[in-house]
Amino acid sequence: MRNSLIICRKELAGFFNSPAAYIVLLVFALLTSWFFSNTFFLANQSDLRALFDIVPMVYLFFVPAITMSLIARENQSGTIEFITTLPISDHEIVLGKFLAGLSLIAFALSLTAVHAFTLIMVGDKVDTGALLSGYLGLMLVGAVYTAIGLFGSAVTDNQIAAFIVSIMIILTMFLLDKMLVLVPASIASVLQYLSVDYHLSNISKGVVDSRNLIYFGSVIAFFLLVSIRILEIRKWK
Amino acid sequence: MIRIEHLTKDYGSVRALNDINFEVKDGEILGFLGPNGAGKSTTLKILTTYLAPTRGNVWIDDQNVLEHGDRIREQIGYLPEMNPLYGEMIAYDYLQFVGQVRKITGNAFKARLAKVIDLCGLGGVIHKSISELSKGYRQRVGLAQAIFHDPKILILDEPSSGLDPNQIVEIRELIKSLGKKKTVIMSSHILQEIQATASRMIIINKGQIVANGTTEELMSSFRGKTVVVLELLHATEQGILEMKNIHQEIRIAKVEASPDGGFNVHVEYPNHMDLRQALFEYAIGNQWTVLEMSRHKVSLEDVFRNLTVEGEVTV
Repeated sequence: MRNSLIICRKELAGFFNSPAAYIVLLVFALLTSWFFSNTFFLANQSDLRALFDIVPMVYLFFVPAITMSLIARENQSGTIEFITTLPISDHEIVLGKFLAGLSLIAFALSLTAVHAFTLIMVGDKVDTGALLSGYLGLMLVGAVYTAIGLFGSAVTDNQIAAFIVSIMIILTMFLLDKMLVLVPASIASVLQYLSVDYHLSNISKGVVDSRNLIYFGSVIAFFLLVSIRILEIRKWK
Repeated sequence: MIRIEHLTKDYGSVRALNDINFEVKDGEILGFLGPNGAGKSTTLKILTTYLAPTRGNVWIDDQNVLEHGDRIREQIGYLPEMNPLYGEMIAYDYLQFVGQVRKITGNAFKARLAKVIDLCGLGGVIHKSISELSKGYRQRVGLAQAIFHDPKILILDEPSSGLDPNQIVEIRELIKSLGKKKTVIMSSHILQEIQATASRMIIINKGQIVANGTTEELMSSFRGKTVVVLELLHATEQGILEMKNIHQEIRIAKVEASPDGGFNVHVEYPNHMDLRQALFEYAIGNQWTVLEMSRHKVSLEDVFRNLTVEGEVTV
């Protein structure tokens, strides 16, 4: 764990050292704000529903953009050989990079706190429980996408390829429950269970169910484990 | 002590290493010599646990690299081939990261950093971004990283590649001084480099060890040849070819017309003989004029070429 935190810190320092990072964060803040404030005053509802609806869409591009370099760049520059021959295990490397991605998402989400603040100032009867569970849902979805993005970054030494692989998988997970009408009822429920949005919608409504938490936990674990295996496979190539 | 037993590594269908065996004693500087693609880096990558062998074992102080990867990586300092670095990082931050991973923090870090800056000559550049550094300084940062935790074993893959001659001399001196207290394994495809730094060398070609010993041992065990180059005037080709009758082990390697109207003749014979007088008298006996005569001993360079280019083991 100690090593993972060291890796995480190094990744974050590297991220905030690059100008591209600020552009990505700025675009995230602008997009979410624009979609949110567009409808917020029209709808005249004292909740952040509009924000919680738009963030998962922005994630589709935002998360792969911040995760694509995590491992692919090490593969490309050869530093993967440096870092894997330090006394750090492969799983600590993957975990550290996952934590770094997660921290960035938390940071990006904290930029939207300005809207929550606005809501609390202008709205009345604000449901803080729904507010918190909404953010929890966004964090969980962000974590799932980060794990997928990390996997996409591990399979290649090209950041663009990593970006595309990640988007493909994330988009599939995202669209699964929007295609249910097209498939037989027998597999519809399976697809629905696999879809990210289905589990997110429960949490956004303020219902934190262990079934949803187990789903998020297992998808994250699955992609992290596969990423670790991919790092280990290099030894046997 | 490092022991390598029956090490074999396949990359797909390509066999990069074929049943390699050798030992490195504590405190030895071992030079690993071979042409590009001979398997040097592959061996070093297995030693540092970056790759796993297809077959065979590597033991470092009786710990198997496959089973005790983390423990072995703690004892090793490694400068990979091409010296990959995080270009966007400041040299100081980079070494701080290495220090943290190596569990050297606080005052211990400051002390060690000062020492490493001094050893590697990083004084002026420690607060610069690595991508701004020249190749020579980058190599020093890579070396600083490798020796930061004062490791027992130092593994350097082509440590002087891309450096200018002065830097090469500096880095050789540094390796030599480090080698007084550590086990060093360094690879190179340049013979002089290994000759200048290593106490022992292993020559590897096409995944196999073709020679193993000190410089002197390799020189003496190589049954090399002496080449005498003669420039003769008034000689006949027939007569030159008959020079081989002087001694049964003589060989006329090359005859060519010289710019001065005579012939340049390359005569080869085993090192333990000296036939210069016989050659001279033969020429005089035929009333030829000897314009020039020079003797060339086989150098270690030739041994290396012989072992690796022709692939024939004549040791």
